[in-house]
Amino acid sequence: MSTDTVLVAVAIGALASLASRALPFLALSRHHDHPLLAWLGRYLPAAIMVILVVYSLADLRPLQLHDPKGAPLLLACALVVALHLWRRNVLISIVVGTGAYMAMVQYGT
Amino acid sequence: MSSLRSSPWRHALSLTTPVMLGYVPLGIAFGVLCVQMGHAWWLAPLMSVAIYSGASQFLLLSLLAAGASLTEIGVAIFLLSARHLFYGLSLVGRFRGSGARKPYLVYALTDETYSLLSSREETRDPAVAFRISLLNQGWWLLGSLLGALAGSLLSFDSTGMEFALTALFIVLTLELMATVRRVTPFAIGLGCGLGALFLLPQRHMLLAAIGAACLVLLLDYRRRAPRVLEQRP
Repeated sequence: MSTDTVLVAVAIGALASLASRALPFLALSRHHDHPLLAWLGRYLPAAIMVILVVYSLADLRPLQLHDPKGAPLLLACALVVALHLWRRNVLISIVVGTGAYMAMVQYGT
Repeated sequence: MSSLRSSPWRHALSLTTPVMLGYVPLGIAFGVLCVQMGHAWWLAPLMSVAIYSGASQFLLLSLLAAGASLTEIGVAIFLLSARHLFYGLSLVGRFRGSGARKPYLVYALTDETYSLLSSREETRDPAVAFRISLLNQGWWLLGSLLGALAGSLLSFDSTGMEFALTALFIVLTLELMATVRRVTPFAIGLGCGLGALFLLPQRHMLLAAIGAACLVLLLDYRRRAPRVLEQRP
């Protein structure tokens, strides 16, 4: 992957990110009380976040018993969920979950 | 009195301390991951200035690694950031009259900055809002720079570190579950995500799943709020 490709991707990411922040001030200010906008604002992030979880777990093959990443992935996900429901601390959940996953895939089974 | 002159910044510093505790370590994790994925040390701080959104920056790393097209990168990051649209909508009135500071306030509107700006009365003063926004971006930039430098100076086996992204998305989902309190949108996300995962190649899965979820949510809106729609001319 060339540096130019990466820089173009970053520029596009920057435009997309800026557009999401600036559009309401440029275009939507007259419609800010439209119920459809409120609906999407409340529920779309929830749907997208679940999709991102699925996307980031796309390598998981739960039906293959001998997948070397399968059990560590499932265990680490369960650990993140349990830790987060217990402590509600974003950082602890992410750091401990990632550390546990790295330990399992590097030294595991 | 010098203490009087420094006190607005000190006040902003104390307001942003909780954000610092989140941004610096998460920024370090991002910087380390960015370098470990083979990018130059300056890419992480560059992204923290150009994009300045944790979830989008982590997602961009994974899209680059998966060889996604530029269109997919743009649309996926825009839709992931779509929540900012609604932060902006609720601040349109507030930012009126912020003058020269307004472009920066709009550009630097993150989840955490929004939570401070929308919950503290004194942030109605654009000078206070500006100091808070600038300090928050400073914490994020500092973290990603430290992480990138540490990642390029220290060498260690980073196998498995990409799980940080999965963990971040799981945590954000749990946080949303606590506030949204309705199962349907999560079920829609799960259905569209799994459907696209099995039907499409992984490179196109994200975009298709998010698009499908938007459509189903619109149908959900029409079904659940018919009276609201009838009122429209």
